[in-house]
This record gives sequence, structure tokens and C-alpha cells, in this order.
Amino acid sequence: MTAPSRIRNFSIIAHIDHGKSTLADRLLERTGAISERDMREQVLDDMDLERERGITIKANAVRIDYTAVSGDTYQLNLIDTPGHVDFSYEVSRSLEACEGAVLVVDASQGVEAQTLANAYMAIEEGLEIIPVVNKIDLPAADPDRAAEELAGVLGGTPDEVIRVSAKTGAGIDELLEAIIDRLPPPEGDEDAPLRALVFDSFYDTYRGVVSHVRIVDGSIATRDAIRFMATNLDVDADELGIRRPSTEVVERLGTGEVGYLITGVKQIDLIRVGDTVTHTRRETGEALPGYQEPKPMVFSGLFPTDGDDFERLREALDKLRLNDSSLVFQAETSRALGFGFRVGFLGLLHMEIVRERLEREYDLELVATAPSVAYRANLTTGEQVPVRSPQDLPDAAGLASIEEPYVKVMIITPSEFIGTVMELVQQRRGEMGEMTYLSPERAELHYRMPLAEIVFDFFDQLKTGTRGYASLDYEPDDYRVSDLVRVNILLNGLPVDAFSTIVHRDKAYTYGKAMVGRLRELIPRQLFDVPIQAAIGTRIISRETIKARRKDVTAKCYGGDITRKRKLLERQKEGKRRMKMVGQVEVPQEAFVAALKLET
Amino acid sequence: MSPEPESGIPDTQYSVLSTQYGDESPDSPVLAEAARSWRSAYVHIPFCARRCPYCDFAVVAADEAGGMDTRRYVDALVAEIDMEPDPSELHAVNLGGGTPTRLRPVDLARIIDSLDHRFGIADDAEISIEANPEDWTPAFARDLRRIGFDRVSFGIQSFDPAVLEALGRTHSPREAEQAIEAARSADFSNVNIDLIYGTPGETDESWRRSVDRAIELDPEHLSSYALTVEGGTALSRAVLAGAPAPDPDQQADRYEHVDEAARSAGLVRYEVSNWARPGHICRYNLSTWMMGEFSAFGTGTHDHRGGVRARNIRRLDAYLDRVEMGARPRSGSECLDEFDSERERFMVGLRLAAGVRPGSIGGPFVASDEGRRLVDAGVIGARGGRVVVLKPLLTDLVARSVLSVSPADC
Ligand SMILES: Nc1nc2c(ncn2[C@@H]2O[C@H](COP(=O)(O)OP(=O)(O)OP(=O)(O)O)[C@@H](O)[C@H]2O)c(=O)[nH]1
Ligand code: SF4
Ligand SMILES: [Mg+2]
Repeated sequence: MTAPSRIRNFSIIAHIDHGKSTLADRLLERTGAISERDMREQVLDDMDLERERGITIKANAVRIDYTAVSGDTYQLNLIDTPGHVDFSYEVSRSLEACEGAVLVVDASQGVEAQTLANAYMAIEEGLEIIPVVNKIDLPAADPDRAAEELAGVLGGTPDEVIRVSAKTGAGIDELLEAIIDRLPPPEGDEDAPLRALVFDSFYDTYRGVVSHVRIVDGSIATRDAIRFMATNLDVDADELGIRRPSTEVVERLGTGEVGYLITGVKQIDLIRVGDTVTHTRRETGEALPGYQEPKPMVFSGLFPTDGDDFERLREALDKLRLNDSSLVFQAETSRALGFGFRVGFLGLLHMEIVRERLEREYDLELVATAPSVAYRANLTTGEQVPVRSPQDLPDAAGLASIEEPYVKVMIITPSEFIGTVMELVQQRRGEMGEMTYLSPERAELHYRMPLAEIVFDFFDQLKTGTRGYASLDYEPDDYRVSDLVRVNILLNGLPVDAFSTIVHRDKAYTYGKAMVGRLRELIPRQLFDVPIQAAIGTRIISRETIKARRKDVTAKCYGGDITRKRKLLERQKEGKRRMKMVGQVEVPQEAFVAALKLET
Repeated sequence: MSPEPESGIPDTQYSVLSTQYGDESPDSPVLAEAARSWRSAYVHIPFCARRCPYCDFAVVAADEAGGMDTRRYVDALVAEIDMEPDPSELHAVNLGGGTPTRLRPVDLARIIDSLDHRFGIADDAEISIEANPEDWTPAFARDLRRIGFDRVSFGIQSFDPAVLEALGRTHSPREAEQAIEAARSADFSNVNIDLIYGTPGETDESWRRSVDRAIELDPEHLSSYALTVEGGTALSRAVLAGAPAPDPDQQADRYEHVDEAARSAGLVRYEVSNWARPGHICRYNLSTWMMGEFSAFGTGTHDHRGGVRARNIRRLDAYLDRVEMGARPRSGSECLDEFDSERERFMVGLRLAAGVRPGSIGGPFVASDEGRRLVDAGVIGARGGRVVVLKPLLTDLVARSVLSVSPADC
């Protein structure tokens, strides 16, 4: 156990790709936490998906020991956080476990939308912030401008900004000293009853639920009788430990320290992220405030390709929720796809990641339906019902109006692209708010826009329109009445709920036509002609036909060929595995995926 | 478990195990089941004048490295035939290639003699050879007849000079006709014409003319194949580079045309791509489709003996070396377990117009989801206790569905 005065807890926060994980590498390296032999780039990005995509998805806490210039040794608990807007909940949870934040800005990019969003989050939490300009080694770096912008955002002076290169290691020593000097030690009461915040968790097949905790008051030792307050779960602390980043078992975690806790509990729903752990025999009077649950932005149906996997999918979702507490889901039935779940996500990247994690970590094969934001239907009876899936939309007869969610949008762009951005936003039904200049060359634009207009392909278009320079952040605002309709897609005469969508009336035709066209390309020819139609109510707005398959046979087969022929058929069959029967029609997974990516 | 309750297809037992071919209709189930017990031999002659752009067989072209030491190859064949460990009388012999007619009659005679010497060839056996029209002179035809050949299969492919050129074939339509006349005058009583449809550049009209001319020549047997783009061929390289690929719908039209024309000329379709007059099916082919046992000699061949499929080395030089060292030129083999071989029998049998005996697979298959969909769509049906593919152009689709049946279902 380390005295709180010798502990510093901080998160590294930044816009995506500004170098948080690489900076963490240098900190680990400089403090000897990791040997040169074990070092690899972004070593804390330990999930396969993180390495494949080169981005951080999960916040990752690790302890390092640092001997300062003064000769004193400090315990640093650093949390590397993700930068993508879809994972900002990871950032907010991490900040809760810290007293300080290292706010990183790429010297060649300057302040961007998530720089601001994350900075504001840290300020709101009352955290001490160390501004850092990274990548000063880049030829295109403009550290002065970046420092100036950062100082402007934080209300300080540019000379407080530390300049580093996470690539070359320049400035890292100065940063480590600043962490000791500028960040406050944890403030908790060592003698008070135990209060530990569960800020993350995951499920281990052998050990059950593993919780990541930050000790706020008091201390915890192995074999202590403890209580998870929200669920009133009384258990023993079987094992305590820390990550360096390899795990190390410890006997005790003291005030201000960060570590993991294993209780052997395997019932997933009994341990919740945000809960407070206390001692059974000396209970705290006041639980920690915990976390506000994030509001899902988009919903999509997840269905097992093989209907028998429904229960396995439920179990997988339960387990994954331990590690991704932003996940919400409820069972749903689709006429086309059978039993599955309507799952809420924080954005499309989140959705993609969840689906991939379910498939990889739980060995499932899934079909995801077209994502949708959460609408609300006002009925003629005066009642209001949530519409999380196009199927939830009541019949036109009983429907008074439909409301859609709006978001507050912040876009940072070089001034030269302001016109382009405005035009784009206007096409998306955006309403201009205020505009401020971060510097003469860069502006911060604020809008209110329908969530449905930005959540799908807006970001790509924004990037294209500004040659990659603009960045985007958004947060929920209010609901507003809009002229929305449901476009149904009929396959072989049957409506396929997985493909239907709610869109603004002005875009219904374009959407219907594009969807029908895509499906015609993606669905292979069947044994019979398959009409594909898009319809609003009973009115068909677009139609195509997939002609029946006529020829599927090898012309020539002779005795010697039989083995080869069988193997060929087996290979072809393998390729067909990811098909889902929708009525009488075999639909490949790609068709469902394409529906998600449709550009209108 | 008996499949009958689910499928409604009784598993008829065939008692005909004779070698008499009679005048049965080519699509007769009785004939097909009889073919299971025929023993045959295939001999591969890998030499060709040049390689056709669509061909992926084990062949050596005269202009390719490795040369054409046909004499040495025939010696090796004879040696390989003599190594056959367990010979029994043959009911069908087939010389294929490549281009067997590039060998001299004396070499062809040596091959037939050695087969007869080692195995014994039944008096009424079918002895068949594949021929390119340009090699086929009246004298050559008479020589072959004397050696014992009674069936000839001509790789005519088309009667449209433009299509022939696109296929890289060197004979003319006229030469094709002359070859058939020569076969007739030499008293070949079983003549097959091979046609290929769907060649880029071929039109509906030119296909119709090719079919008409083929039928006017009154062959006992007709094979008509869709041009297929096989990986690694000049054709596939051209297609990858953007040349037009055969269009499956157009090929379906052409297939339907030839099927109708053949039928009205009295030829009966007995396999996806093969038509014959009664009494003139290709025994060798029918028996291999029925999982009959056969031996095979030469480069790249596969045989089927006692539930084992073995294959020969494909490369000519390696094949020759091995045989000349006194060893059998095997490059591998596959032993099928009971379920696999039953499934193979069923899948290949689907190609036959006679249909296939359901055995232990047919019932579960027809009762499966995929099977039922195929029944509903009119792709498969039951006829005389057999499972029959009613839309032969979808045979592979049916075969793939059969792969879904697992041993646990049977
Ligand atoms: N030249 C240079 N490149 C850097 C530096 N720091 C990071 N990079 C590169 O910038 C890219 C992004 O780095 P990461 O460390 O993954 O960024 P991140 O902020 O953790 O990204 P997310 O976790 O996805 O938000 C990688 O290609 C790094 O190699 C630096 O100081 N100099
Ligand atoms: S003649 Fe026949 S075997 Fe020879 S290359 Fe042409 S198609 Fe192939
Ligand atoms: Mg990162």
C-alpha cells in the first residue's frame, strides 16, 4: 500500500488518433513497467479488434512506479481511453476514477471536436488537466498553434502546455514530473469505512466476474467480507490485484489505489459497473454517486443466423454487458428473422464492434438489421409510445405525429471549409447555432440536427467535404415532430422487417430505390423469380426482380473427376453458410450489412 | 433407419446384375443399376497438337516443353497395365485424352492388347476412343476397327468456323463431316458427337445450325457441354482481363434448344449433358456415374477400386520416371467411409435421367428443409422409387443441398 500523497491517478484523453496509446507506451517504457522485449506499439490496445483497427475501444487501467527527480517514488495509475465519439462513455467512467487528466493534442491537427468534448467532461468532473501537445516530431507539426488553441480552450497560457513526441520520447520526462507536481493526490479518508467504485468489469470463464475498482475511502484486503451495495450482494474478496500491465496479486488496496477484485461471483447481474463496494461489518453510510447510464443513439436487431443460438446470444450479451456497460438490449421477434434482440448502441462503430465481439468472443453468427434511431409516436389517443424499431410504428390510422431525436452538434473545421460544412448541414435539416473561432484559421460551429441525419453517413461526407480536416462531436438534445414515414421492403411479396426504415418523407423515394437496387445486386438468384419492392403503406415506390436461377451445373462429369467435383461442391456450400432464410428466399449476410451502409 | 416413411420413396432393389446392355432405353433405371457391376478401364493419352484455350486436362501440347515421345509413353502405359494387381474381365474400355488419335494404330493396338492380356476384354465389350476430326482418315478408321474399337467420340464442338476458331480448334466443319463418313464406312456402329455451347461470339442462330447439322449426321450418341471457364486456362485469363464470359442464361437457352432437338430426333437424354439412341449409351461413362469399379492408366488419371479412389501423377516426366522404375505411378488416394461413399453415389446419381436410388441418404434429404424446398419448386421429384432431378440444369444446386445431410440424419 502506498500513502495517498505518493499516488497520482489520471486518464489520458484526446481526440481519436492524437496519440494517447502511444504516449502510454512511452510512459510505461520510461518507468520500466515493460521490458524492451515485451514492448510493442500501443501495448495497452490488447484486444484483437483494437490491434486490427488501430484504435482503442476499451479504457485500460495500468499501474506504474515512477521515481521522480526529487528521489521519491510515486505510484501512477494511468487509464488510456478511447478517442472515438462512440466510446466517450468509457472516458467519462475513467475520469470518475481519477484526480487528473492528460489532455493530448496532435500538433499537426490542433484542437478537434473530441478534444473539446473530453476537456469539458474533465473540467466538469473537477479534474486537474495537463495540456500536452504530441507528435512534435512530425514535419507538419505546428506546436505553437496547437498550444495556443489548447490554452484558449482551458483558459491558461501556452507555456503551461507540455510538448512531447510519443514517437521519439521527447518531453516525456517533463510530462512525468508535471504529473507529480501538478496533479493532486487522491483525497479520500484512509480511516473511513471502505468505499470502492466499480468502474469496469469483465467476465472470466474460470474466475467469474472480475471488477476494476478505485478505492475512494478506507482500504480492502483479501478475504474481507464485502458488500456490493446496489444489489446487496455479500461476498468475500477472494483476490485483489493490479495490472502492470501484467497482472500481479496484492494483499491489500489502500485509499486512492486502483486495482481489480475477484469474488468468485458468476451471476452476472449481481455486479454492476458504477456500484460501490463496502465492508459488510463496517458499512459506509453513503454510496458513491455511480454513473449515469448513457443513452443509446441507435438501435438495431441482432439475430442469430441459426435460430437455435438464441439463448447463447442472450448469455453472450449478458456477459459482454459486464465489459461494455453502455449496452442495452431487450428480446424481440422478427417475422423474417425469428427470435433475437433489439440492441441499443452509442453509434455505428459501437454497433460494429459489439457485433464483432459477439461473433468472435462468443462464437456466434449474427444478422444485424438496419439501424434506427429511437422515434416516438404520438397516438390520436394522446398517448406517446417509443419506436425503437420501424416495426414499433403504429398504423397510420391511430397515429397523430412522429417525433425524432435531435442532437447538439459541434463541428470544428478550417475556416476555408465553413461554406461546405454549412451546405452539408443544411441538406441534413440542420439548424445553425453559434460559431466561434478557435484561431483565425479554425472555427467551431454549433448546430441542432436530427440524430438520424448524422448518425449514419454524415461523418464520412463531412470528412470528404473538408479533405479530412473537420471533426465532429454530438450529444442528445430534445425530440421534435417531423414528417416521417416508414418505407417497407417486400421480398417476394412479404415485408421484411429487417430492411424497413423510418425516413423523412422527402428521402423516402431515394431510400426505397437505393435499397431495392442494392438488394437486387446482393441477393443471389433463387429457384424462382423474386420481386423486391419498396412501399410506403400500400403504395409501391420502387420495384426490381431477381430472375430465377436457371443454370447451376457442371457441364461435364467423368469418373476420374468425382473427388474433385465433390470437393468443389463442398467449398461452394461453405460459401453459402452465411445465408438466412427469409420466407422462401435465401438472403446472404452481406445484404443485411449493406442495408446498414446504404447511402441515400 | 429406413427413409421410406419421410420421403414416400420406396427403396427399390434391383436384381439385374447382368452385363447385357440390350435395347433398354438410355434413361432406364434397370440399365443404370446394371451398370454398377460393369468393369471398365480408362487409358489417358495426354498428347495434343496444341492446347485449346479452355482446356484444363492433363495434356502435353506438341509445342510445349517435354516433347512428344509417344513411344516411351505407350511403353509406360503397357508397363503400368501389367502392374494391375487384381484384374478382372472388362466390359468397357475408353481411350481419352488429350488426343488418343495422335497415336499410331500400332501403339493403340499395343494398349488394347495389353489390356486384353492383363484383364481380358469381354467379347461384347465397348471399346471407345476420343478422336479429333482432323486425325481421322478412312484408313485410320479401318485400322482402329480392326484393333477392336467399335465406338468413336468426335470432339467436333461446333459447325460454325468462327466458334471453332474461338475454341482454338483446327478442324473445319467439312472435316468433321468427312470424319463421320469415314467412321461410318469403316463400320463404326456407335458414333458420338461432342458439341460445346455458349462460346463467346456464338449466336442463337449459329448454335441452332450446329445442332441441326450434328443431328443430320445421325449420330447414335450426342454430348453437349456448356463452355466452362476453368481456372488457370487461357480462357480464364482472358475473362479476368475483361473478355466476355459465357452467360449462364444464354447457356440455359442453348441447352434447352439442343435437348429439344435431340429429343425430336429420337435421342434420349440419360445424363445432364448426354443423349443416346436405345442400345447406344456410353457404357464406360454410365458405369462410372453409377460408382462402378474401373481402372485407369496414364498421367493424371483416377481410378475407383474396392471403395478406394487413387490418382496418378499428373506430370508426364514424373509419371514416366516412376513407371520406368517399376513402381505404380500413384500420387495419392482417398478411402471413403460408408456414409461418404453413399453420399457420393447419391450426388453423382442425381446427374442421371434415370434418377438415383434413395439409399440411406435420399429419404432424409427429401425430408430436410432444403429438400422440401426443392420439391416444392419442382426441381426434384420421385419417379419409380427414385429421386430424379427434374431441372437438370440445377443439378449442382441439388447436390450441394445433399451435403447438408449428415450421418446423424440417416
Ligand atoms: N509521428 C508521430 N506519430 C505518432 C505520435 N504519437 C502517436 N503517433 C501515431 O499516431 C497514430 C495514432 O496513435 P495512437 O496512440 O493509436 O492514438 P490514440 O489517441 O490512442 O487513438 P485512439 O485510441 O483510437 O483514439 C499511430 O499511427 C501512432 O504511431 C508521435 O508523437 N509522432
Ligand atoms: S484437344 Fe481436347 S484435350 Fe487437347 S487441348 Fe484441346 S480440349 Fe484439351
Ligand atoms: Mg488509443
